[in-house]
Amino acid sequence: MLKAVILIGGPQKGTRFRPLSLDTPKPLFPIAGFPLIQHHIEACVKLEECKEILIIGSYTTNTMAQFVNDMQKEYHVIIRYLQEFTPLGTGGGLYHFRDQVRAGNPSAFFLLNGDVCADFPLKELWNFHAEKANALVTIMGTEATRQQSVHYGCMVREGSTKSVTHYVEKPNSYVSTLINCGVYVCSLQVFHTMADSFQKKQDGFYSGNGQTSPHPGYMSFEQDVLMQLAGTNKLYAMQVTNWWSQVKTAGSAIYANRHYLELHRDRMSKDKPCTILPDVFVHPTAVVDSTAVIGPNVSIGAGVTIKAGVRIKESIVLNNATVHEHALVMYSVVGQEASVGEWSRVEGTPSDPDPNKPFAKMDNTPLFNTDGRLNPSITILGAGVVVPAETILLNSIVLPHKHLTRSFKHEIIL
Amino acid sequence: MCGSDKKLGEIRALILVGGYGTRLRPLTLSRPKPLVEFANKPILLHQIEALVEAGVTQVILAVSYRAEDMEKELTEQVSKLGVSLTFSHETEPLGTAGPLALARELLSASPEPFFVLNSDVICDFPFKELAKFHRSHGKEGTIVVTKVEEPSKYGVVVYKEDGQIESFVEKPQEFISNKINAGMYILNPSVLSRIELRPMSIEKEVFPFMATDGQLFAMELQGFWMDVGQPKDFLTGMCLYLTSLRQKNSNKLYDGPGVVGNVLIDPTATIGKGCRIGPNVTIGPDVVIEDGACIKRSTILRGACVRQHAWLDGCIVGWRSVVGRWVRMENCTVLGEDVIVKDELYVNGGQVLPHKSIALSVPEPQIIM
Repeated sequence: MLKAVILIGGPQKGTRFRPLSLDTPKPLFPIAGFPLIQHHIEACVKLEECKEILIIGSYTTNTMAQFVNDMQKEYHVIIRYLQEFTPLGTGGGLYHFRDQVRAGNPSAFFLLNGDVCADFPLKELWNFHAEKANALVTIMGTEATRQQSVHYGCMVREGSTKSVTHYVEKPNSYVSTLINCGVYVCSLQVFHTMADSFQKKQDGFYSGNGQTSPHPGYMSFEQDVLMQLAGTNKLYAMQVTNWWSQVKTAGSAIYANRHYLELHRDRMSKDKPCTILPDVFVHPTAVVDSTAVIGPNVSIGAGVTIKAGVRIKESIVLNNATVHEHALVMYSVVGQEASVGEWSRVEGTPSDPDPNKPFAKMDNTPLFNTDGRLNPSITILGAGVVVPAETILLNSIVLPHKHLTRSFKHEIIL
Repeated sequence: MCGSDKKLGEIRALILVGGYGTRLRPLTLSRPKPLVEFANKPILLHQIEALVEAGVTQVILAVSYRAEDMEKELTEQVSKLGVSLTFSHETEPLGTAGPLALARELLSASPEPFFVLNSDVICDFPFKELAKFHRSHGKEGTIVVTKVEEPSKYGVVVYKEDGQIESFVEKPQEFISNKINAGMYILNPSVLSRIELRPMSIEKEVFPFMATDGQLFAMELQGFWMDVGQPKDFLTGMCLYLTSLRQKNSNKLYDGPGVVGNVLIDPTATIGKGCRIGPNVTIGPDVVIEDGACIKRSTILRGACVRQHAWLDGCIVGWRSVVGRWVRMENCTVLGEDVIVKDELYVNGGQVLPHKSIALSVPEPQIIM
């Protein structure tokens, strides 16, 4: 029997995903028509041995209840949400709920960061892990460019056994192009290592040496577990070439959307409400005029209205939004209940990884550049935003419920 | 130059066409400025028709370059109006007065006064009233003046209540007058004695002396006036012209579904379903506007095509150009002849040279070579 743990953090995290995360908790933001972490769940339930999925985070249980309920019904495995009493980091929550993970004595459990998206090769990862007799943790690793690798956890492996001899989180100088994807298989014995780390942190905290920790129970899986295990022959890494990306900035949502749509191409509805340039997801409750042209890379949410002559590409349109006649939406996210006027143009700048560089990842560029100017990014309309007819909104971010009265370019509209 | 004898009483006019019309590029890279259609008619024909209306029988075009196609096309069009057309070629640019000296023989063939006008001017041409007023005061010359809002940018004309001009003041810092030279005159042949065959400015080297001699009068223009020599003013002039057509209850203005305000549409143009055209739009012959397009304050020249769901405001679309689907163009964008703007692009203040195909948006005003 196997289990899976999905770490989703809490409302204090994921601020770079604003303003999208102002309306919907980031783990529940729909990518390719499904909440971000539903893609994790899908990957887990594909493994028959996986009998329970635990979601750990510091969002209130209220926030997560509906989603967990829906998932239970859809997938017929045990899915539970475990709320941390305070944000405990990537290791602290897992350690706190260790009894829940150990219950039933699974052979191992998957540990998945909620803010990555990937074609999760969990089966291969599990087989790889099972082959290593003394492995406590196996990390899914992928190749990055030399330049970008330093923004991730970097690993050095022993050539034949693939054991990790060196692990460092976001180094200042180049260490290795093999990076940690935030996807792991762990044996239950990992809790022994965690117990040691936990004890050390407790001691440090109360003796005054650990003041940097926000809470005595706070623990980083990367710092306090992976770095301890590196060089002990208990930590392994499997390198994959499957598609993988972090979802940090709002811009990465469009990129993730494209890949998840491609991944789930087979289960897309075959009836086309209008001209569709694949890949496109249209929720069955959306009302789409037959003269609209949609795609590639578009997700249309529930209850959305798309009027005549509308063109949408490279965008996500959230529930109950309306796009009026002849409007164009590209490289944008249109928030829930938002409205785009007729003949308006809502346009952002793609922030995909450089396609000419092998192994390039998303550049999670900050909102502003060093001159204090807004970096070109996708355009985002918060919930309930109204864009008037015949205006242009270019590379702008509009916070929820704002009714615009004119065109905007390269601006954040509060 | 042909200098055949003209019978007495024939009224002549000289139009200062001048050079290449660089200010109206990229349109004038394909077609001489006088032939660029303003409100579906070559700019020069607006003027010649008004002159014919006032009894002019001979028009002299002072040009500083040779354009055989222009001469051929104009001669053809003008022959229908029953007026003779003469081209006076300058070997070097002669300014605004020199061309009169060059055409001296033609202009002095009769004692009748003659009209002179700058070729970029569009207004309700007042040639009949001008001739009448000129005869009434009996002096050597009369110039048409028009009111402007910001006189400090121009040279202004100061004149008495009866119209006699006292002085010309260049770019006055303190308000002294809000009337400027409208680029239209009527002059007696005697004025030719004040002009030499060399590059010479009529505004600076002729009129001030005539004013000093008490020989120059001003007549105020009623209605609109615009120098349409550059794209921005071309569009403003078009708005004024269409408004004036509306005031005259002209049946030339288009009325139909999807049309808002003053719009001129050639009968050979096709307009798709669900479009919104206007206000202030001119659509030329053989133009195709596809379904769901929205066009405001723009001129679409002959044979161009605006495809589905495009949105245009403040644009001149050149002959046979194609504006793609869901394109947004605004802010004085000018497409030269045979330009293609690919689907879904945004063009903000782009000046696009002829025969160019654009595949990338132009987010800031720019010349596309």
